Amino acid sequence: MSTVSTSAAPKRRRWNPLAWFKDPWRKPRILEGMTWLYLAWSVLPVVIAVIFSFNAGRSRSSWQGFSLKWWWQDPYDSLFQNPLLRPAIFQSFRLAILTTLFAVPIGTLFAIGLDRWRGRPATAANFSVLMAFVVPEIILGLALFLSFQNLVTFIPLGTVGQVIGLVTWQIAYAVIIVRARLLTIGMEYEEAAMDLGASPTRSIRRVLLPLLTPAMFASAAIVFADSIDDFVTVRYLSAGANTEPLSVKIYNAARASPTPAVNAAATFMLVATFTVITLGFFAYRFATRGQRKEGAVKEFISFEV
Amino acid sequence: MSDPATGTSRSRRETRRVQRASAKQQGAWYPRWFWPSFAVPAIVWQVVFFAASFYVILAVAFGTVDFFRNPLPVFQPWWWDFGTFTEQVSRIFGGAYQQVYLRTFAYVITASVFCLLIGYPIAYFVARYGGRRKGLFLGLLILPFWISYLMRMYAWQSLLETDGYVNDLLTFLHVLQAPFGWLEGHGITVVLGLVYGYLPYLILPLYGQLDRINQSQLEAGRDLGASPSRTFWRVTLPLSKPGILAGVIIITLPMFGDYYTNALLSQSPRTTMIGNLIDYTYVSPGLAAEGASLVLTVVVILILPMLWYLRYTSRAAAEK
Repeated sequence: MSTVSTSAAPKRRRWNPLAWFKDPWRKPRILEGMTWLYLAWSVLPVVIAVIFSFNAGRSRSSWQGFSLKWWWQDPYDSLFQNPLLRPAIFQSFRLAILTTLFAVPIGTLFAIGLDRWRGRPATAANFSVLMAFVVPEIILGLALFLSFQNLVTFIPLGTVGQVIGLVTWQIAYAVIIVRARLLTIGMEYEEAAMDLGASPTRSIRRVLLPLLTPAMFASAAIVFADSIDDFVTVRYLSAGANTEPLSVKIYNAARASPTPAVNAAATFMLVATFTVITLGFFAYRFATRGQRKEGAVKEFISFEV
Repeated sequence: MSDPATGTSRSRRETRRVQRASAKQQGAWYPRWFWPSFAVPAIVWQVVFFAASFYVILAVAFGTVDFFRNPLPVFQPWWWDFGTFTEQVSRIFGGAYQQVYLRTFAYVITASVFCLLIGYPIAYFVARYGGRRKGLFLGLLILPFWISYLMRMYAWQSLLETDGYVNDLLTFLHVLQAPFGWLEGHGITVVLGLVYGYLPYLILPLYGQLDRINQSQLEAGRDLGASPSRTFWRVTLPLSKPGILAGVIIITLPMFGDYYTNALLSQSPRTTMIGNLIDYTYVSPGLAAEGASLVLTVVVILILPMLWYLRYTSRAAAEK
């Protein structure tokens, strides 16, 4: 009992910070402290912004008491009663739902095709889908805007254009997630089905697609959450104020003279996103029960890495 | 028609027939077009909306404008006029844009360095010492992904106001004598915003790479007599290099197109970045050709990192 004595021991050696730092078997307290500090730093500002949506006064920086004024009590300035913000909420959901409905099936089919179709054209196609994903959003947004104005002029700006813009890079999410799942399930189940007499199309419908549902759930949740949060593509492809979703309204208001109603709007979107992600996560966990090698959280997160 | 070409095609047909026969014996046979046809919707979508829009960028950038400065895109490459584009490029080298480009690079590099300095220890800790709490840590690390970037910047906007909590805290601690006008166009505020905004996106790929390092390689280093710090510098760091590069690229790509951090935290011409220039051409009429040219320059700057990143992710996916 020499260096590791506890404080209860009567005669202990004085704690030497340098020796503690140099001890190769000590616990990584500094790193752990940094990690917790970072985690707190990463959410604290947002938590404060959420709290301030319940502020009684107009300020977003000094607390003046609790009220639901900015959520619905104020007849004009509140989130749910403002005649400009209310349609924006519906527009947000409309865009997110439509984008999910297009991006997930297209991406899933693409992932299946690419899993079995090898060769140069396949690589090129994969490259193009992922490219749309890594190009800075402002570039894709402006490119699509100019395209709708000058080349494919039959596509109107507004909901149609916005959905097309979102789908163009959201396909990649579905592709990445479904492909990861395809790699883990392999061809065996389908081959077994065909050995038992199923036709290729039937084995896809009855075996492959059910096995892919968890991945489709997960990608639907992620695509929905990402599209509802988007404010770049949808702003560039909107047709005036009445097709701007809530995120763009927040962006515009934040640059002018924001009230806590903006905090309420952002909080509302936060709740929507987290609800969808949580639902997607539980659906994924339920659908893959007994099939996972790692924890559901780790698998769900590996889609992001 | 008995030239070598037919000979090869016959032999190819022959091999295909053999393959088909063997596939039939195994019980599975698909026509050649079967799997590619699954990819068709996405390919058509990408060609019509992704590839074609970039062609429109070229056509607008190298096109002309009418009397009202509306863009008149030129889709035939042999009639392209590089006037606007060369003018834009000359503005980068010594002209009005030089400051903006230099500033963008300075902000992006500073922010990336800070992100790396903060992010690396955290990714390292979770990958090596996360243990049974790994799931919890990862869940917390991914939390910011689901909070809109907009909201996270907006949250800082309120905190950084002159009577906001940041100034309250700093004057209370006597770091500042009087409240500082953080939102009045300071580079430091923009860089802080960029670091806060993009750090989560750096940590996860870095974690992925560090997590893949085989623990026994570190133990080998220690067994052969290297000190912990030496093991880190000679084993861990070199093995995590691809992760560092991938993480830095994934955060710098959007930073080069970032106009919103500036728009929410500064709004001053003193901190304008390339993204703001592009956004300005969208907001104000008659600048479409300039906007397209700017987009082209950004694509030229980013094309190599983008290609590298795509290759890295496809290889990482193949390893899994």
